[in-house]
Amino acid sequence: MIETYINESTLPFPFCPGCGHTGILKALDTALVRLQIDPHDLVIVTDIGCQGLSDKFFDTNAFHGLHGRSVTYASGIKLANPDLHVITLIGDGGCGIGGHHLINAARRNIGVTVLVFNNLNFGMTGGEHSVTTPPDAITVTTRRGNLEQPLDICGTVAVNGAGFAARTTVFDKSLPDLIADAIRFDGFALVDIWELCTAYFAPTNQFKKQSIEDTLDQLGFPTGVIRERTDRPEYSRAYRAASADQVGQPTLAPHPIDPAYSSDLATRQSWVIAGAAGQRIGSAAVLLCQGAILSGLWATQHNDYPVTVKTGHSVADVILSPDPVLHLGISDPDVMVVLFPEGLAKERARIARLRPGATVYITADLLDQHPVETAARLVPLDLGATGQQKSYWALIALAAILRATGAYPVEAFRAAMEQSPYAEKNLAALDAADNRTIRVE
Amino acid sequence: MKEFTNGAEAIARAALDSGCTFFAGYPITPATPILLHMVEELPKVGGVAIQGEDEIASIGFCVGAAMTGARAMTATSGPGISLYSETIGLAIIGEVPLVIVDVQRLGPSTGGATTVAQGDTQFLRWGTGGGYPVIVLAPTNVPDCYNLTRRAFDLAERYRTPVFLATDKETVASSVTVPLNAYENFPVRERTLAPADNGTFTPYRYHPADSVPPMAHLGGPHMVRFTGSSHDERGYLSKNPRDVGALNAHLAAKIDAHADEIALVESDLQDGAETLVISYGLTARSAREAVRQVRATGTRVSMLTVYTLWPVPETAIRAALTGIRRVIVPELNLGQYRREIERVIGEQTEKITVTGVHRVDGELITPDEIIEALA
Repeated sequence: MIETYINESTLPFPFCPGCGHTGILKALDTALVRLQIDPHDLVIVTDIGCQGLSDKFFDTNAFHGLHGRSVTYASGIKLANPDLHVITLIGDGGCGIGGHHLINAARRNIGVTVLVFNNLNFGMTGGEHSVTTPPDAITVTTRRGNLEQPLDICGTVAVNGAGFAARTTVFDKSLPDLIADAIRFDGFALVDIWELCTAYFAPTNQFKKQSIEDTLDQLGFPTGVIRERTDRPEYSRAYRAASADQVGQPTLAPHPIDPAYSSDLATRQSWVIAGAAGQRIGSAAVLLCQGAILSGLWATQHNDYPVTVKTGHSVADVILSPDPVLHLGISDPDVMVVLFPEGLAKERARIARLRPGATVYITADLLDQHPVETAARLVPLDLGATGQQKSYWALIALAAILRATGAYPVEAFRAAMEQSPYAEKNLAALDAADNRTIRVE
Repeated sequence: MKEFTNGAEAIARAALDSGCTFFAGYPITPATPILLHMVEELPKVGGVAIQGEDEIASIGFCVGAAMTGARAMTATSGPGISLYSETIGLAIIGEVPLVIVDVQRLGPSTGGATTVAQGDTQFLRWGTGGGYPVIVLAPTNVPDCYNLTRRAFDLAERYRTPVFLATDKETVASSVTVPLNAYENFPVRERTLAPADNGTFTPYRYHPADSVPPMAHLGGPHMVRFTGSSHDERGYLSKNPRDVGALNAHLAAKIDAHADEIALVESDLQDGAETLVISYGLTARSAREAVRQVRATGTRVSMLTVYTLWPVPETAIRAALTGIRRVIVPELNLGQYRREIERVIGEQTEKITVTGVHRVDGELITPDEIIEALA
């Protein structure tokens, strides 16, 4: 039987005479004694502000971090070890700067108990206004009266998924019961405890116990348990339940490629495949590279795309080499494959700089509509004549160019396709195109 | 045997092989693929991977989880490191083993989300108030992503500190051919824990100053006190100059006094060379190619690849400077690491000139640009 969780050798509490913090800590101790939680399984996480001094007085695990972020540490602790009881002590200041974390902890219904030491201003830094300062109240930063609407902390977490939300004052005789209920609750639980800052807010605004009641009334903030719902599971356990079938599954491992073909490629070749987003340029380039590795070559692939997803260009720079490749950039491509207007628009400048020995394979229609200036050899590809959807054009073009250039055996490219996720459809499209014999010189 | 893969996958695999059990991150190009891998993989080993509501929450989750015994990692890009800043300080003072991957993109601000850069070289070192040291490792390629992530977990445990992996969009997102034997087999370092039977546990006791105190986990046999405030060895807030001075001297000494032990470089030096190229990260690949081509013409040139950007491997840099008259430092920024090279050279007696090769336009530095600087 633990008679107190307070380490009496650390007393007295350092708070101002009449400060509500002392009362809340005593109520917390009473609640803990009632629950008899093993202190090794209990973590008190404190925020910044006067309540941040509290962890020192408890014979439990203690974690004191940064302003407003206490709920993030508490969440991390609970996520990693769901068996721990995690209690966060936070002020109204912390609820302001860290409000995002409160809302999201509530949305997750993570099993953290939050006790808000709500004294309506910043006590430690000199009485500045906080997110809960009442209308018209005078503080050092609202000298002509507070113009801001106070944040309804309790209501905010309640409407955003908190399992348990309650509001009361430090003068409430049942405060220890409310705290015990919150700690016992299996999910996110918050108790918003209104109190007096006897250093600043109370004397400046002649604010007394009755003023708290009157302000709560004026704001229409109810007290007592505002929300208690057991229909949502506690997050750290819900996560484990949801991923239980994954435990023990094999994790990400290398995908070795065993060379089964060979290539006569004597020097490095740089290929650029320029097309449009959504037309599977990148995945065709992956297969080009995998086919090269199957042929004993080294391959690299760099993709360029705008920040948009299904619009704009998609360009893959591919290097095929008999030796390892150090520098990934391509300034002087040997082969350019230009398939769609977006790819041409993006690569027009690089095409114009090409040397005479390079080759540009370009969709015939595209070349008709958009004349291209280049010293390189231009080879039109009549991909429209294949009768295949545009999303297969990159694959069809690459196979035809491999056949024409002999960079490596087209069989290796097909073998790479056979191992790809859409093997059947890809190969069917390629075979259909082959029957119509797309010729590349 | 080879494979075709990218840095994101190599980092995720290394994290798993290092015993990582916790990951939290917020989506950001170009670091998102690491988040996706970890979300997919960690449940398989009974771990947890979660998308935080923002970067501040994500790194906060990691710090809390690490103190329960999890091996934690997070990944972001420059804008996310900005938001991590305050919590990096918390991890330093609280002595939290944590791996932070920075997939650099072009800054400042939102900058170029899909554009490569090495702009965080100094930021990672000085990115939180106080100025205390951290460890920063810079992979040059995909196998390095694996090997240095393994090393980052090792150093995080060894020194109880945040360790950064300073990588970039190109190395993480581009796919390359990797021989499987390029991945190092690294033993997983056990966390040094306070003995369970040792009655009272003093969480921050270190003698001498550069030693690293053993940890105790929240939920373990000892009651744990963790604090981001200046504290005495018991973890109680303290303003006593003796406690505070000792703590801060310890935080610096545990890294700085072990710089040589942490240092990892690749010295590819040629006898008689008067020019030395010093590079790091993906730019070292262009530098190696440039050096290869220049040597093929019969010119002698030395090359030093720096893997541990911080602490600066000063002993190794000084050793590489023997006989050198000229140093070339290519990097994808306006000369951030060149400052460190100049600082180290400043201590040398002979006259050595230092030239930077820089780009901040989102394009890679080409071997030709380095060869031009070598001419």
